[in-house]
Amino acid sequence: MATNQRLLLSGNEAVALAALHAGTHLGTGYPGTPSTEILEALDQLGGRAQWAPNEKVALEVALGVSLARGRSLVTMKHVGVNVAADPLFTAAYMDLVGGLVLISADDPGMASSQNEQDNRHYARAAGVPMLEPADAQEAYDFTRTAFELSERWGIPVILRMTTRICHARTQVRPGPTRPGALQPGFQRDIPGRVMIPAHARPAHRKLRDKLAQIARWNDAEGPNRVYDGDRRLGIIASGVSVMHAREAAPEARVLSLGLTWPLPMETLRRFVGEVDRCVVIEEGDHLVYEALRADGLAVEGKPEMYRFGELNVPRVRRILAGDTSPEAAPPAGKPPELCKGCSHREVFEVLGRLKYIVAGDIGCYTLGVLPPFEAMDTCVDMGAAIGVGLGLRHTLPPEEARRVVSVIGDSTFVHSGLTGIAEMVYNPPPTGHVVLIVDNDTTAMTGRQEHPGTGRALNHAPTQKMDLAQVCRAMGVKNVQVVDPQKPEDDFEGVLRDLMGRDELSVLIARRPCVLAAPMIRRYEQAAREGATGSAQAPTP
Amino acid sequence: MAVTNIVLAGLGGQGVVTASDLLSTAAFSTGLQVKKSEVHGMSQRGGSVTSDVRFGEQVFSPMVPDGEADFLLVFEPSQVEINRHWLRPGGMLITPDDIPEGSLRNRKSLNVALLGALSVQLDFDEATWMQAIRTRLPEKIHAINEQAFAIGRGAGERLGRKTQTEGV
Ligand SMILES: Cc1ncc(C[n+]2csc(CCOP(=O)(O)OP(=O)(O)O)c2C)c(N)n1
Ligand code: SF4
Repeated sequence: MATNQRLLLSGNEAVALAALHAGTHLGTGYPGTPSTEILEALDQLGGRAQWAPNEKVALEVALGVSLARGRSLVTMKHVGVNVAADPLFTAAYMDLVGGLVLISADDPGMASSQNEQDNRHYARAAGVPMLEPADAQEAYDFTRTAFELSERWGIPVILRMTTRICHARTQVRPGPTRPGALQPGFQRDIPGRVMIPAHARPAHRKLRDKLAQIARWNDAEGPNRVYDGDRRLGIIASGVSVMHAREAAPEARVLSLGLTWPLPMETLRRFVGEVDRCVVIEEGDHLVYEALRADGLAVEGKPEMYRFGELNVPRVRRILAGDTSPEAAPPAGKPPELCKGCSHREVFEVLGRLKYIVAGDIGCYTLGVLPPFEAMDTCVDMGAAIGVGLGLRHTLPPEEARRVVSVIGDSTFVHSGLTGIAEMVYNPPPTGHVVLIVDNDTTAMTGRQEHPGTGRALNHAPTQKMDLAQVCRAMGVKNVQVVDPQKPEDDFEGVLRDLMGRDELSVLIARRPCVLAAPMIRRYEQAAREGATGSAQAPTP
Repeated sequence: MAVTNIVLAGLGGQGVVTASDLLSTAAFSTGLQVKKSEVHGMSQRGGSVTSDVRFGEQVFSPMVPDGEADFLLVFEPSQVEINRHWLRPGGMLITPDDIPEGSLRNRKSLNVALLGALSVQLDFDEATWMQAIRTRLPEKIHAINEQAFAIGRGAGERLGRKTQTEGV
């Protein structure tokens, strides 16, 4: 790809291209809207990309890459950072070698998520720098900057995107490919990498020192810019809010923050002092506003009602006008539903009819909560079906406890269901329990990605397949059965009722490929067979 | 030159996002600044989908502000009323009613036919559109979509070009 070529890219594609140009050795992550396309694009561009079973493992793998003097990109949606938070907080103490960039793709407005947490909090909490691009060009540029900062200070760097950056296409002019890729190699550094208390205590001080240096760098040459304008109104913004603000108030002077943690306080103080009125326009929580007020700066924030949902140009106009009158609710669109022929349909038809108490989980099958099924009672986070189901079983009177079933998808099961099974066999409820794995051979919800249970890698080439039934047996589950919910002879309903009546521990796997994935899976399998006989390569669709 | 705002709306599986990809590719190739965005969370499962395309000399937000769309393309009759609020006063609505759907070789190319109808209102030449189709779509469906585009364009010509209004 020639430098300065003019491309129309999504923010996700721009990150992948930048990672490639920055000499990334490995991209890893777990699918999640709106981040999923980054690793797929990296693979398409010829980079090395792989799905991890979950975000925590992905970040740990990336950390290993960095310590081997390689560059790594880790991608996940906002809630994925919760899963990866444990390694993140301690990785911040370590002296990294190769650049490590973590993409947090937030979903304000919850187009496809269970909450709208604002992951800017993670930069402050973990003490790691955060960059926030305002369009695809900045997504490209800031990914490159993130690798440079990460290597210069030996620290993980978070690039925080949101849906309107990830999935918006805007112009990108890529820069030059980085010459002289790092040469991987191992060098022992026990105090910098083995976080026992004796090493972690000085490491924490060192981290704070690194952050102070980065703050100074941010003031001196950070990726922040001022768009000149009338000094009567100043706006401080970051991410896509910069764009909304420049459109809503073309006359205003705008400070666009690129590196939003640690904040460039000198720059901010100067900017606030230059304008008569200064308003902070930020999507989500009031983080920048609170930081500036704590510093004694006379800035205005947004009324509480604008904490919820995405910002857009009309909402920014309202914030600037101090308008807190109720907003017109947008007309309700048509809700999504399970595809025709989807085998989750049979499963939820039965669960609804039998009036079970369903501890549910996250995936396409969460649509089982909507009419006509209305057959789900809880949905929290990936893997919660099993723990929540066990808690219900432990506590309800036996007659009600016997109606509790945990329902979880195959990708979700691999992501975080295994520890739930460990809990179940270790602390079995008196009435036993039944875990129903709805196994459609793909991660359907996010657009049909592979996972360890499919036996195919990110590029769909064959790899070792994790056998979910064998794993459950090996972990000590007494009854493990596999049925096709669409085959009458398999009698899904009969088998489920039998297991629910037993007061024992059971895993029932309802297995049938997702109808949208099935034709692709047949192609991959065909290619794998041909590949095995040496006549063809695995496809990269 | 003011920004042109277009909202495309329909149901998952109707090719809304593909159409907005084609439209933004065509606009981009003429040298304009283009931004397009959509929310495609659960779109695969038949829910409502909208996609915003904006182009001009300088575009800021990737989202069309409510009530500022110059054109609204709706792919499915049931989605017309819930999306009408995007249009500015005097903006133009284009729906499948404007297309002789029976002439399409494949109903799936309705999205491209609607673009054909829209194309009459925009200043990109036909070659620009054909180039967008060829770069964005797989080769085996080029012919079907080129035909759909032509049918839509013919229908659009019968609707007539709207007199130049502000912002178009
Ligand atoms: C921690 C976390 N990571 C990622 C996601 C995004 N996500 C939601 S459900 C899901 C997996 C769905 O796959 P599966 O369990 O197999 O169910 P299916 O959609 O195939 O029915 C993913 C990746 C999430 N909600 N939380
Ligand atoms: S995408 Fe697959 S799993 Fe999801 S609803 Fe459709 S058929 Fe079911």
